[in-house]
Amino acid sequence: MTTVCHRPEGLEQLESQTNFSKKELQVLYRGFKNECPSGVVNEETFKQIYAQFFPHGDASTYAHYLFNAFDTAHNGSIKFEDFVMALSILLRGSTREKLQWTFNLYDINRDGYINKEEMTDIVRAIYDMMGKYTYPALKTDTPKQHVDAFFQKMDKNRDGVVTLDEFILSCQEDENIMRSLQLFENVI
Amino acid sequence: MAAGVAAWLPLARAAAIGWMPVANCPMPIAPRDHSKRQDELIILNVSGRRFQTWRTTLDRYPDTLLGSSEKEFFYNEETKEYFFDRDPDAFRSVLNFYRTGKLHYPRYECISAYDEELAFFGIIPEIIGDCCYEEYKDRKRENAERLMDDQEENKDSKLPNMNFRETMWRAFENPHTSTMALVFYYVTGFFIAVSVITNVVETVPCGSTPNQKDVPCGERYTVAFFCMDTACVMIFTVEYLLRLFAAPSRYRFMRSVMSIIDVVAILPYYIGLVMTNNEDVSGAFVTLRVFRVFRIFKFSRHSQGLRILGYTLKSCASELGFLLFSLTMAIIIFATVMFYAEKGSSSSKFTSIPASFWYTIVTMTTLGYGDMVPKTIAGKIFGSICSLSGVLVIALPVPVIVSNFSRIYHQNQRADKRRAQKKARLARIRIAKTCSSNAYLQRKRNGLLSELLDLTTSEEEQQHLNKSTSLLESQHHHLLHCLEKTTAHEFIDEQMFEQNCVESALQSYPSRSPSLSSQEGFTGTCCSCRSRKSIPLPNSSMSTTHTHTQGLQELSALHIQCAEQQGHSSSRSSLNMQPNEVGRFNCRERQITTAIISIPSPPAPIPEGDGHGPPNPGPSISTTASSNIVKVSAL
Repeated sequence: MTTVCHRPEGLEQLESQTNFSKKELQVLYRGFKNECPSGVVNEETFKQIYAQFFPHGDASTYAHYLFNAFDTAHNGSIKFEDFVMALSILLRGSTREKLQWTFNLYDINRDGYINKEEMTDIVRAIYDMMGKYTYPALKTDTPKQHVDAFFQKMDKNRDGVVTLDEFILSCQEDENIMRSLQLFENVI
Repeated sequence: MAAGVAAWLPLARAAAIGWMPVANCPMPIAPRDHSKRQDELIILNVSGRRFQTWRTTLDRYPDTLLGSSEKEFFYNEETKEYFFDRDPDAFRSVLNFYRTGKLHYPRYECISAYDEELAFFGIIPEIIGDCCYEEYKDRKRENAERLMDDQEENKDSKLPNMNFRETMWRAFENPHTSTMALVFYYVTGFFIAVSVITNVVETVPCGSTPNQKDVPCGERYTVAFFCMDTACVMIFTVEYLLRLFAAPSRYRFMRSVMSIIDVVAILPYYIGLVMTNNEDVSGAFVTLRVFRVFRIFKFSRHSQGLRILGYTLKSCASELGFLLFSLTMAIIIFATVMFYAEKGSSSSKFTSIPASFWYTIVTMTTLGYGDMVPKTIAGKIFGSICSLSGVLVIALPVPVIVSNFSRIYHQNQRADKRRAQKKARLARIRIAKTCSSNAYLQRKRNGLLSELLDLTTSEEEQQHLNKSTSLLESQHHHLLHCLEKTTAHEFIDEQMFEQNCVESALQSYPSRSPSLSSQEGFTGTCCSCRSRKSIPLPNSSMSTTHTHTQGLQELSALHIQCAEQQGHSSSRSSLNMQPNEVGRFNCRERQITTAIISIPSPPAPIPEGDGHGPPNPGPSISTTASSNIVKVSAL
């Protein structure tokens, strides 16, 4: 039973800081507050919520990376402001902002580079969400192949790491990726 | 479905951006929100009950939800009301807090529900008024203990990879986990009983030889008793060593009470072996034999009640200490008084104050052996005061101990009941999970994931199609579909998975089924899908076990509409009829048994880049698949 209660900034302030309208913020906040009455999400709750959408497999690893990406202050909890800022970027931000956010998601240790290990972790986490019963059956090196293909595409100067600029450039060259970034814009 | 966290679906979908750069295949189109922008606000107040109060009343406590600007998030412009989707009964106490300044805890309310309400409205429970605070704390403590029990049970759950040592330790701690453990449990219990009985019977005089008086059995049948003792000690030693080996933390195990009892139980035997019939030490040796009776404490591993008793005594340590202290005080006082009172009388047994202790104890505990009695009048008066006060002093702490014991005992009984309920609960959760995943798989089979229909049909037909699934469901399924596309693998259910495993071990058919590659429709084929050369045709092994009759009925209704649209989008809709689907709902008809429908692959698989072009496999598909179309409309 936590006595910590966090209250978000005012509605007007949030409206000016994000790309959402008042109504949308209200809707978001009500959902947020329902799951987390204390006003902050901790990692456990976040994982539980996220896992409900993927009943086939195990979404906890990916949820962990997502949580770190949302938790910009790195204090182990997501406040409503963090939540809404991230959503604002993901849903209403420019392409460059979205790609930057994704780069931050992949860059687990926040050193500005994505190396193969980080990418393998992320891809493996994504494959974990599929669960066991897939067609075709998942092999143990499927993630690795996927990562190799990714690096083939993204790592322009073949130095073994992907920087933000390489990432943005490569994504902008790929039509599929560009199109898929617009996919969730009407989510709210 | 994850309907409980439906409000978080936007988050999950937005976070899917993390998959986009990694994905090799293009993503499916998102379902459009065709329903007009419904205001999910049902214009009611706290679930329908309208409460009215002044604004200044609420402003009294600005660090709560109602007193701060946070409530603006719940404001509804049209009705000029604040709407909260919470329990109106609990809200009553919350609002009364603002009115009177005192927070009360209603007794009929569940403690965790009440805590949640307080957390939601930003009120800390410590403000609860004195009138209700104790009740609140008691209920809270009870609940916490209950939750703690649940957590301990969670630790019980079987870990997948346990080495031999851990398995053994688990078997020792929880005999009901495996039959071996149960056997071991009963065998040790039996031997403890045998050992204790032997110790007792050893001293019973049995029979008399003509030249001597009664000898105890122990001396008569020395060999037999010795063998029995040896056997028991063997078993106990083996058990102790096994436990020592299996313990996760050997040091902690050796310090624990049970292991000390074990050691004390078997040590006298070994010491007796080592020591010879030395006259000096044999006296000490006899004393050691007394410790053999400690074997009876080994039963506490077998008996829940004994453990509870021990735990109760431990938890009542302060009460017991108080009892002891007050008794000592009273004993000293009364012993002194009695000594001086009886000092005068001759031949009195009260020779010193310590000698009077015995009288005082016997009198205070109302035993009254009668070996020491006061003779003077003063002594008798003080003696009676002593016995009366003894009753009072002893009666005080006892009820506390008793109530502690009963509380702990009931708790344990509750734990057993909860364990049984938990199994049922887990089974329910598992079923819900499989239902959710099955819903998605079924939807896939129904082919409702085809974006083609979305874009080519008119509004009303689209809504007709969507009637069977809510927007939430379709969005959730779209999310799962995106995941499939990212990883280039599909979700299937367990049976199909097993079939596929079997098939891939056998010979696989070389003919390529474009079913999977054409799934994307006109947004292009997936490169990694193309690379699959040997795809075992699902049709060939399609068993009629998948009798999703409900889904099929639905399907038939929907696909009759598809058939009607044949006019303007024949090729496209035929692309949607994946051969495996056709095979599936034709299972009902039993017309096609296991015919391999080999549809020639679309010419020149569409490269990833140009997704928007019209579907290339135009005429070829429609002609050869015309048979499929006919069958569909026959439904």
